[in-house]
Amino acid sequence: MKLKKKIAVSETGFIFDPTTGDSFSLNPTAAEILNLLKDGKNEKEIKKEIMAEYDVDESTFERSFLDFMAMLRLYNMIEEHEEN
Amino acid sequence: MKKTKITVAVSGLNNTDNPGPGIPVIRALRESDAFDVRIIGLAYENLEPGIYMHDVVDKVYQVPYPSIGSDKLLQRLAYIHSIEKIDVLIPNFDAELYSFISFEHKLHEMGIGTWLPTMEQFEERHKTKLPEYGKKYGVNVPHSRPINSIAEINSLTPEFSYPLLVKGKFYDAYVAFNPEQVSLYFNKIATKWGVPIIIQQFIRGTEVNVIALGDGKGNTIGAVPMRKQYITDKGKAWGGITLDDQNMLDLCHKILKKTKWKGGMELELIKTFDNKYYLIEINPRIPAWVYLAVGAGQNIPEAMVKLALGKKVKPFTTYESGKMFIRYSWDMIVDLKEFEQLSTNGEL
Repeated sequence: MKLKKKIAVSETGFIFDPTTGDSFSLNPTAAEILNLLKDGKNEKEIKKEIMAEYDVDESTFERSFLDFMAMLRLYNMIEEHEEN
Repeated sequence: MKKTKITVAVSGLNNTDNPGPGIPVIRALRESDAFDVRIIGLAYENLEPGIYMHDVVDKVYQVPYPSIGSDKLLQRLAYIHSIEKIDVLIPNFDAELYSFISFEHKLHEMGIGTWLPTMEQFEERHKTKLPEYGKKYGVNVPHSRPINSIAEINSLTPEFSYPLLVKGKFYDAYVAFNPEQVSLYFNKIATKWGVPIIIQQFIRGTEVNVIALGDGKGNTIGAVPMRKQYITDKGKAWGGITLDDQNMLDLCHKILKKTKWKGGMELELIKTFDNKYYLIEINPRIPAWVYLAVGAGQNIPEAMVKLALGKKVKPFTTYESGKMFIRYSWDMIVDLKEFEQLSTNGEL
């Protein structure tokens, strides 16, 4: 799962896709996850970091994470060819 | 750098909710590093807002509609030129372009520079000829067919499926979901713009546009893609954002290269959800949102003036993506005297 290279994410959690002109606002947790994705972290690593930082159980994290990823895919922000 | 003093005549001063490109073109020229411009406004109607913007337009002349006769328009331009010594003229209305292109050589003889498409380029990109255009230049276009009478509406299926677009030859487009609506829009558009009416396949997706300037030899001097973010009920962009979309630029370069396009243009495209691009229209002039391109780093009107003056122009290679424009309206207070002066003398 890799974010498209051109996608810009600001510190405030504002995303801009320069190819489509779309922009979105993220809440602080989503922004953190997106920045981890931008740093090249995989789901396992992200889960570890988020669970260490926040009071969240594994299944709640996974449900929210998958939901978020589906949203990113829907808005065409994920590279089609994923890296393993 | 010392700026060259030049006089540029510009039409399209109708900065209304259906805006002409005149005012943004002038703004671009006023920001030029190369030119110190004196602007001569050419107005068709006496309530075009640009007429009364004295810090934008230096002097305004009323000109006759081309529909009255191209010779009348040319005579008026010759008179204006005798007083103002116009170096370059930039016409900005679709409806006047035919006349300007047809007497372009006479303008050049008078010493007025222009940078317009050739008559062949102008004619072949007409909406009614879009299918042939797509085929000739290898560009995706929606299936379309011109119709001349209401009787033809019943034979649209199965060639077309609903919804479909009903378009005027110059302006206006409506989405119709059944033959009754086609008939309604047919009459509405035909009354205003005449026939043929164009029936066009409805392509689902996002409308995106590219402003471009061609050097007439197949090279792109400038090109900036944009997506409308705020669209008025007339379908005009009231806000937009520049895009970093290489596919759009490639398509633009391809069209300019194959057609050897000379002049300003706007490509209207639909980007489908599976990332295909369909060309829906080519406007053979600078669009009203040109100032966004200037703000993003490409002063296309300035480059056009240089070309019209016979100067060499280096193509732009970059622009800033994510630049936005947001249009606004502004009430000017105008003395009746000014309105009177323009209405009676045809000058202000």
